[in-house]
Amino acid sequence: MSNPTHLQYTKEHEWLTAAEDGVSTVGITAHAADALGDIVYVQLPEVGDTVTAGETCGELESTKSVSDLYSPATGEVTEVNQAVVDEPALVNAEPFEGGWLFKVRVEATDELLGADEYTAFIGA
Amino acid sequence: MSLRLTALDALHRSLGATMTDFAGWDMPLRYGSEREEHIAVRTKAGLFDLSHMGEITVSGPQAGEFLDHALVGFISALGVLRARYTMICREDGGILDDLIVYRTAENEYMVVANASNAQVVLDALTERTGGFDVQVRDDRDAYALLAVQGPEANGILASVTDADLPGLKYYALLPATVAGKDVWLARTGYTGEDGFEIFCAPADAEHLWTALTEAGADKGLVPCGLSCRDTLRLEAGMPLYGHELTTELTPFDAGLGRVVRFDKTTNGGEFVGRKALEAAAAQAEAKAPRKLVGLVSEGKRVPRAEYTVVSTEGAPIGTITSGSPSPTLGKPIAIAYVDAAHAEPGTAVAVDVRGKHEPVEVVALPFYKRAR
Repeated sequence: MSNPTHLQYTKEHEWLTAAEDGVSTVGITAHAADALGDIVYVQLPEVGDTVTAGETCGELESTKSVSDLYSPATGEVTEVNQAVVDEPALVNAEPFEGGWLFKVRVEATDELLGADEYTAFIGA
Repeated sequence: MSLRLTALDALHRSLGATMTDFAGWDMPLRYGSEREEHIAVRTKAGLFDLSHMGEITVSGPQAGEFLDHALVGFISALGVLRARYTMICREDGGILDDLIVYRTAENEYMVVANASNAQVVLDALTERTGGFDVQVRDDRDAYALLAVQGPEANGILASVTDADLPGLKYYALLPATVAGKDVWLARTGYTGEDGFEIFCAPADAEHLWTALTEAGADKGLVPCGLSCRDTLRLEAGMPLYGHELTTELTPFDAGLGRVVRFDKTTNGGEFVGRKALEAAAAQAEAKAPRKLVGLVSEGKRVPRAEYTVVSTEGAPIGTITSGSPSPTLGKPIAIAYVDAAHAEPGTAVAVDVRGKHEPVEVVALPFYKRAR
């Protein structure tokens, strides 16, 4: 699956939309979802939590592993995707769309990559 | 050290498999979704490359007596073309490996060891040959191993072989021609389903894989990796060496004392580990300190190997040996050693999942048993 050009990416394999009214949507990339395998449990920050760019803010469990979720941005969480909490497989099925994880009011971001840079980074 | 490649390596790559280092072998972990591969084996069929398993041929006039001495099972009592699950133990009773022994001829047996222990088993067998008229041969490079597992396995095999499949009972084997190639066809597996394991020449592996894939195309057969093999065996309550079985444990600790045959009549009843195993049997009978049990969680977080099992008051009472989401049950499951006082099915305990105590219930093993 190619990495959509309208998104920005981190080296921890998260993606971030351009902010709308200061709020960006966060998810993990298809590459990350594929590397994890079938995701069975998603733990997200709560609405109102403040997350910090580059720091862990949740967990993703797959059949074989547990991985930390790193926030690509610093700011207040404004919304979480209950659909992926209820059905974690959605992250595998639609990592860039229905499998989004949370929305954050962005104050600052981690170092971000464009789609081409991220594609080169993962060696795809 | 570079990884060993099976004869099917190029094929796995062409199928887009995610590969993993397993005991020094580069093996397919999964081809797509491991959950879907798991469900295919439970409901239709799966095709596995298990060429990492270690084959050792034991032959000679005293092959049976030798294996009675070297292993805990009563191997010489096994009929020709039958197989047996058994173990090889140290003198102190500790488990070196669990094995399947196939009797391939009157004076010949094929011992199949776990990849991670194949050298250990080969060395131990070789060391134990003293005084027996027997040859122990490393046949790891002589065989590739394919498995077809699942309710459709019988129909798939039937379309590529004239072998007498109805006559091939569970834990039996036959020299057979499959898709034109001479193989050992065994009705064994590690999934909890009906199925076959096919020992073939490495040069024939690709041909057989392709023929089986074609034969299974309209029966729902999919290629399956080691990830679903692990969740399948876990649901079926089958132990995995390095998890439920280690050198620190005896077969009695693992609740598998039945594999130890004190009633052997060969070699005056003596075998490696007998004394220690008799003590272990007596202790298990009188008061087992810990028992191997199943755990089922109603939550979503997965209790994983090495996590601590705690009582409802929070006191440590055991350790998880294997854990994963169960595709069949739709909830997380685990196998654990827990203090005997908490081992009764129905007991409420908890698992320390990275600092949080997740409630789980003790259940009898296995988690899954196929309808026959």
